Amino acid sequence: MKFKTFGRHGKEGFKNLTRNSWMSIASISAVTVTLLLVGVFATILLNLNDIGSQIEEDVEVRVFIDLTSTQEAQEQLEEKIDEISKVSTVEFQSKEEGLEQLIDSLGSEGEVFESLKDENPLNDVFVVQTEDPQDTIGVAQTIEEFENVEKVEYAKETVERLFNVMDIARNVGLAIIAGLLFTAMFLIANTIRITIVARKKEIEIMKMVGATNWFIRWPFLIEGVLIGILGSLIPIALVIFGYDFLYAEIKTRFPTLFIDLLPVYPFVLEVSGLLLLMGITIGLWGSFTSIRKYLKV
Amino acid sequence: MIDMQGVYKTYPNGVTALNGLDVKIEQGEFVYVVGPSGAGKSTFTKLIYREEKPTKGTVNVIDLDMASLKQRSVPKLRRQIGVVYQDFRLLPTLTVYENVAFALEVIEENPKNIRRRVMDVLDQVRLKNKARFLPDELSGGEQQRVSIARAIVNYPKILIADEPTGNLDPDTSWEIMHILEEINETGTTILMATHSQEIVNTIRKRVIAIEDGMVVRDEARGEYGYEY
Ligand SMILES: Nc1ncnc2c1ncn2[C@@H]1O[C@H](COP(=O)(O)OP(=O)(O)O)[C@@H](O)[C@H]1O
Ligand SMILES: [Mg+2]
Repeated sequence: MKFKTFGRHGKEGFKNLTRNSWMSIASISAVTVTLLLVGVFATILLNLNDIGSQIEEDVEVRVFIDLTSTQEAQEQLEEKIDEISKVSTVEFQSKEEGLEQLIDSLGSEGEVFESLKDENPLNDVFVVQTEDPQDTIGVAQTIEEFENVEKVEYAKETVERLFNVMDIARNVGLAIIAGLLFTAMFLIANTIRITIVARKKEIEIMKMVGATNWFIRWPFLIEGVLIGILGSLIPIALVIFGYDFLYAEIKTRFPTLFIDLLPVYPFVLEVSGLLLLMGITIGLWGSFTSIRKYLKV
Repeated sequence: MIDMQGVYKTYPNGVTALNGLDVKIEQGEFVYVVGPSGAGKSTFTKLIYREEKPTKGTVNVIDLDMASLKQRSVPKLRRQIGVVYQDFRLLPTLTVYENVAFALEVIEENPKNIRRRVMDVLDQVRLKNKARFLPDELSGGEQQRVSIARAIVNYPKILIADEPTGNLDPDTSWEIMHILEEINETGTTILMATHSQEIVNTIRKRVIAIEDGMVVRDEARGEYGYEY
């Protein structure tokens, strides 16, 4: 296709868009709503996923020591843990240290726990490191059988729970997004059907004088793509500025938070790219649906 | 140029419009197609520019076999055939100039050639001075001349006119006929379906009479009329 011709298609596509502006606005809004949701879901899920893999790399197993156990029993327990071949280090952490750490990690909100210092509800803990993150489950299960152990916690468990929640969130999200995608696609298809009907005479003449099928299709494809692109603008802006704001806000409120969010760049650009691509895809999909049905070329 | 043998056309609703039609037309001919309403004249012309496909039989146009012609080759065929209808089919929001230029723009003609070619063809149908008018501002005869200009702007080998004077008064019809004759003199094959006895009997040309989807008469310098 010649460049000049493409300019013509662009102009015609834009004219199509303004021809029935109310339908165009409805379609653009549908794309906007859909992509807003996609943007929010993608941001949350990608971050949870990343946090999950951060935690998965954790080799720590926390062994909560029975509150009633004697000093001697504790030392025996430590020895037994140390003897497990896959364990690299065992470190004792008193309940006082544990509380300090908790208060620190909560930042300014942690101050409310200061009053608990007298009746500390925490256990003394052995912090056990394994050689390999893979071994944490086996080591934890072995230690759980030992005497004077109240309970054992390891990161993998948390991760599994997190992934379960994420699975549900993802499925619900995908179902809602799929429904919205179809609605947006249907609205675009309908908008383009109306344009095709409005330009019926022109299309007839184009066919009669021998315009190629692609020449006739292009303006309607461009109309669909424009709807998709315009619909993705607000979601993209919201992701870029919203995530930047949230990221900074979380960093200042919880300066010692043990997990890291994905850095603003290139993350927001990747999500924006995804949204733009989805907008264009919905637009093309809607156009093709109506072109096939009503243009008959 | 046009060769139809044993052509049948049955529409999806079951109406049989052509019933074993045999027609052969050479390059440069001027042919009237006459016959009562519903005889199959329009269907016959539609087979030529592949608006319809034959149900049975062979249709050859400009050495292209319509049965095996691929959908994507149809534009190539249509660029060699001009079509004029009774109802003009002009775009009401475009000027005379734009309506004619439209036919070249949409087949991606080099823009450098468009202006000169459109002005030439408007001159040919004697509407150069109305290039900036909208169709609504023209008489019926003028509108039909615009539609003829649009049909011939790409130098077609065949010009099909389906009752081009059907909506026009006699004086205006003669103007249209003189223009068609001039176009024919440049070598363009012309097929004109008409109900005008006066025209057919005055400007004598080959006459093909169709009735019930068959050719009932074919005379080199014929008169108007068909079997009753
Ligand atoms: N698209 C169509 N679908 C169904 N029937 C049609 C169609 N076009 C024409 N016909 C029928 O075919 C017959 C021939 O029509 P047509 O070729 O238009 O005749 P003419 O031009 O001689 O008046 C008529 O009975 C008409 O009703
Ligand atoms: Mg007819």
